[in-house]
Amino acid sequence: MSVNNGFIEKYLRTDKLPHIWCPGCGNGIVINSLIRAIDNVELEQEKTVVISGIGCSGRASGYLKFCAFQPVHGRVLAYATGIKLYNPELNVICIMGDGDCASIGGNHLIHAARRNIGVTAVVLNNNNYGMTGGQYSPTTPKKSMTRTSPFGHIEPPFDICDLALTSGATYVARSHTYKPRILTKYFQKALTHKGFALVEAMCDCPTLYGRLNKKGSGKEMLIKQKDRAVQLEKAKKMTPEELEDKFTVGEFANKVKPEYTEQYERIIEQVRTEDS
Amino acid sequence: MVKGRVAVLTGNDAIAEGAIVAGMRFFAGYPITPASEISHYCAEKLPKYGGKFIQMEDEIGSMAAIIGASMAGGKSMTSTSGPGFSLMQENLGFAIMAEVPCVVVDVMRFGPSQGVATVPAQADVMQARWGTHGDHPSITLALSTVKEAFELTVRAFNLAEKYRTPVILLSDATLSQMSEKVEIPDPDTLEIIDRKRATIDPAQFQPYEDDGSGICPFASYGNGYIWYTTGIVHDETGFPATSDPDKLTIQIDRLYDKINDNLEDIVQVEEYLIEDAEIVVVAYGSVARAAFAAADAARSDGIKVGVIKPITIWPFPEDAIKRVRERAKTVLVCEMNHGQLYWTVKEIVEGKAEMAFLGQYNGKLIKPDKILAVIKEVTAGVS
Repeated sequence: MSVNNGFIEKYLRTDKLPHIWCPGCGNGIVINSLIRAIDNVELEQEKTVVISGIGCSGRASGYLKFCAFQPVHGRVLAYATGIKLYNPELNVICIMGDGDCASIGGNHLIHAARRNIGVTAVVLNNNNYGMTGGQYSPTTPKKSMTRTSPFGHIEPPFDICDLALTSGATYVARSHTYKPRILTKYFQKALTHKGFALVEAMCDCPTLYGRLNKKGSGKEMLIKQKDRAVQLEKAKKMTPEELEDKFTVGEFANKVKPEYTEQYERIIEQVRTEDS
Repeated sequence: MVKGRVAVLTGNDAIAEGAIVAGMRFFAGYPITPASEISHYCAEKLPKYGGKFIQMEDEIGSMAAIIGASMAGGKSMTSTSGPGFSLMQENLGFAIMAEVPCVVVDVMRFGPSQGVATVPAQADVMQARWGTHGDHPSITLALSTVKEAFELTVRAFNLAEKYRTPVILLSDATLSQMSEKVEIPDPDTLEIIDRKRATIDPAQFQPYEDDGSGICPFASYGNGYIWYTTGIVHDETGFPATSDPDKLTIQIDRLYDKINDNLEDIVQVEEYLIEDAEIVVVAYGSVARAAFAAADAARSDGIKVGVIKPITIWPFPEDAIKRVRERAKTVLVCEMNHGQLYWTVKEIVEGKAEMAFLGQYNGKLIKPDKILAVIKEVTAGVS
């Protein structure tokens, strides 16, 4: 569907635009890719709940025409668990930043993945807390400068895809904002996947992380993503030194395993059969 | 579901049974003493009614999950004790702001931090009022018998649904494990209230548009309505209204007004022998049981004692205290804490009667004899 025949009006609350994201921010590209995927797989808007966390990416749910809300910081996946388990017919999409997903919400991430509950997690990873002024997040690379690591960051970062995979997520993929069509492809697979699906979109924060680390303009950062992205298979043959300042892209998992709410529905059937 | 018969239940089981009778079909919780049996009951019974149980990764997640389930249209509940209740506070604030009905049970244990898990206290009553940050109202009911554990759980759901707000039930470690006889009414004979649902054309729907009653109709997810909400201060559209000072005030007022305009319906209090009482004992929850016994004993000794037992402790039954404050010589507040509702009562008494306080914080229930002894001390002081 092109932008000329109602696509924007169908999916975006145009009265809430322009969005608040900075020039050069990757969030808009990720959301664009996401709604194209939603359109391609034809999710009903009335049956789709979009929950976003707190931070720059947290604003996304307010721009989207779905059943949507923005609860407290870090708990998106726990809210989603309640919604999906109560009514498995609903599609539930969780939009989170790297801090929301892997720091304050890290516990909910690993347990939602472990349960393999059928919700879609969309992580916009810009390597720092943007909304609050550029503090380090759990995905900030070592040695980086942020407002809370003014002498260089000493903590190692989380790999969110690894974390989800190890915890039990059955669809895990990563791409970046230089490849919006790949993002759309991964989102489509995630949205139609039975089980916990996570797509991590690497996207830039030129205003804070980029500026504090002299990464250049938004455009320059975007172009560099192409060089920083290493395909999964290729990365396996590279040394940790060679992978410094790079990120792996591709599909890390696409597995069939029992989905949580389907298993619960079977328990209900079993209990009711025994009772009758 | 136990139908129209007499049962012997523990306080915890009676809460779970009451919830199921009230229509609760989603429970999320995290193991904690002395509340765990509520989870056990729900885990076993809910699937029979097509309901869902989940043990979440923590109490933060439990509170989030029950709010999510309620937004999807279900009546939902969680249960916990002090430490978990502390963890639930931020999400509880979201439920208040977004006006999502749900019921939170706090089976009170002793002390701050881990305290003592297995003994009772009443030290979370101010947390039930002010635990989550910011200005907000609270509906909190205190349970004193297993019968009440059943009945007031049904009532908690009715209030939550009617006023689109979380309702807190305060039980305690003793009541939770104690068995008593309960007459379980046939569910068909009970008043069960379901939230007012949106019926307007979805294109015209505004999630927080007051229909004149002060309570906005609810549109469950999946029923054709597309709407947005946030824990940020919002207007009738559900979208943030943070740059308009008037709208900030309107939002907070609306949250308070929907409760304060309906105090007659919400506030519940039990009064015992207060007509001629010179000493009025104010006691709630498990302590109220001892207060009734102490009043009887005092009466047989010729001392005119009555009892006011707030069932709704928030909003606090101010009028019940106001009615006795000039007639009574002394108002004696008895509670299992260092002094919490005492200050609320003192404020309402406004110096029109003497105040006395029996606060016990040793993990033991307050016994009637102890209350009677204080009554006698007070009487000696008065005469």
